[in-house]
Amino acid sequence: MSAEHASARIIAGYARGDTDLAADEVWAVEAHLEACRVCRDRLAAAVATGVPAVASLVDSVWSGLAPELAVTAPVPRRRHRPAWLSGWMTPAMVPWLAMVVGVTLLALLLDRAGSGSGFGLGSGSDGVSLVLLFAPVLPVLGVAASWSRGLDPAYELTASAPRAGLPLVLRRTASVLGVVVPALLVGGWATGVMVAQWLLPCLAFTAATLALGGVVGVTRAAVALAAVWAAVIVAPTLAAGGRTAAALRAGGLPVWGLLLALGIGVVIARRGAYAALGAHR
Amino acid sequence: MTTGREHPMTSAVSAADLAPTPYAQEIRATGLKVRVGRKRMAVDGLDLSLGTGVHGLLGPNGAGKTTLIRTLATVLRPTEGALELLGESAGGTGELRALRRRIGYLPQEFGYYKRFTVREFVEYMAWLKEVPGADIPAAVQRAVERVGLADRADDRMKTLSGGMVRRVGIAQAIVNDPAILLLDEPTVGLDPAQRLRFRELLQELGTDTCVLVSTHLVEDVAAACTDVVLFAEGRLVFQGTPDDLAAAGGTEDVGDSPLERGYSALLQGPGQGRGAW
Repeated sequence: MSAEHASARIIAGYARGDTDLAADEVWAVEAHLEACRVCRDRLAAAVATGVPAVASLVDSVWSGLAPELAVTAPVPRRRHRPAWLSGWMTPAMVPWLAMVVGVTLLALLLDRAGSGSGFGLGSGSDGVSLVLLFAPVLPVLGVAASWSRGLDPAYELTASAPRAGLPLVLRRTASVLGVVVPALLVGGWATGVMVAQWLLPCLAFTAATLALGGVVGVTRAAVALAAVWAAVIVAPTLAAGGRTAAALRAGGLPVWGLLLALGIGVVIARRGAYAALGAHR
Repeated sequence: MTTGREHPMTSAVSAADLAPTPYAQEIRATGLKVRVGRKRMAVDGLDLSLGTGVHGLLGPNGAGKTTLIRTLATVLRPTEGALELLGESAGGTGELRALRRRIGYLPQEFGYYKRFTVREFVEYMAWLKEVPGADIPAAVQRAVERVGLADRADDRMKTLSGGMVRRVGIAQAIVNDPAILLLDEPTVGLDPAQRLRFRELLQELGTDTCVLVSTHLVEDVAAACTDVVLFAEGRLVFQGTPDDLAAAGGTEDVGDSPLERGYSALLQGPGQGRGAW
């Protein structure tokens, strides 16, 4: 037998409950038995052969338990929420994500109807696509929902946890984008808008929300940026009779790229802010 | 014979259990000031040292108890002064991750997800607190059993009574075996029997943990706390044993018990006790 296992003398002594084992030996052998299956088997064998009193006691306990165990039906395993899912999105985010996908589909439907009948915003090659018009603000709503005091009931607990902070913010943002971007991809493909044309503003707005959110709170940042978007892009577009605003044309892409880089830079520089209560306002 | 891995003889006590503690007291605040909003100093120059044991934080409404507990939970940053938790500075903007793993916190407004079961919620909190993945099921079961909710562990949170929800709040606070446990008004919504059980749990936790319980119920303090911290208008008014607090009150002071009389005697300083409330 390996030197790393308890000796036969100690096992036999432990089984008999002898007093000739020193207290430290009992302590050590118990700690070892917890971790070692081989020695537990040897102990069982030692009890069965060497100590009939203990063996009969164990048998009588078993015979008392067996009928009760037989009639107790195993508890049906409940549907269990997978732990990894809670790690990526809180329940508070789900209705908002559903809304975001709904809005995308609605914009897509309106686009199709508009271009089909010649009515609505999209007319001719210069007409604006509703998908394009809404793409940047949609993920912002989802991000706000995942970091909002009003919408996430466990916000204070989350903020006090060790995992709070930039990694958790990015994780939740990633799951929002993971839902929104495929929906927009379908929308963009169906309306024939170039991917970069909506993806860059979309990412730039998300980064800007997080950057501003570190200072004034993510919800406030989301509301402010959505208002800016409405005032600067949506209103002029509507006023101009549905012509795509200059910022959304291909020429505006470098500016969006720059804004995205700036937003990411600010988020990284201020990463400590996401672990305090302020970011949840 | 099974093919068990060859285990060396293990020591029953790990090295971490034997390591000396590098601090004298779990919580040490010197000249601590915390601003809330633009102007108001909710904690205004606090000097406080708390070691192992159950400390009752008493004070009138608006005394700054919640702000103090939030600061100790590291979700609010101190405006001025030094705060040392478990021997580490918690005042600056430094890395708080390792420190937060050893803090348990129950906020006053305990928010939860209604659709989660008790177990799912405590598991989620254990994940947020970075309890190692392999230890989570056992830690969750232990925490749920300690608050007496083992039979309701697989029920959804929305089916629980107010007192049970409070107990889930306590379970999530102790799931990471914290060295500092901060409970903000934990006895609200507990019925008398549950409150008795809760006091027993507090005493049990206080043997090896620094527990700070904010409450406005003087009798909770008398029954469960080894130490009373009386806090008013952002300042420390009194720190001592419940007996010291009782001794501070005379027969002429307002209150139904010696502790209540001591409480009102200490709060009758200049500028205190204005108005009917």
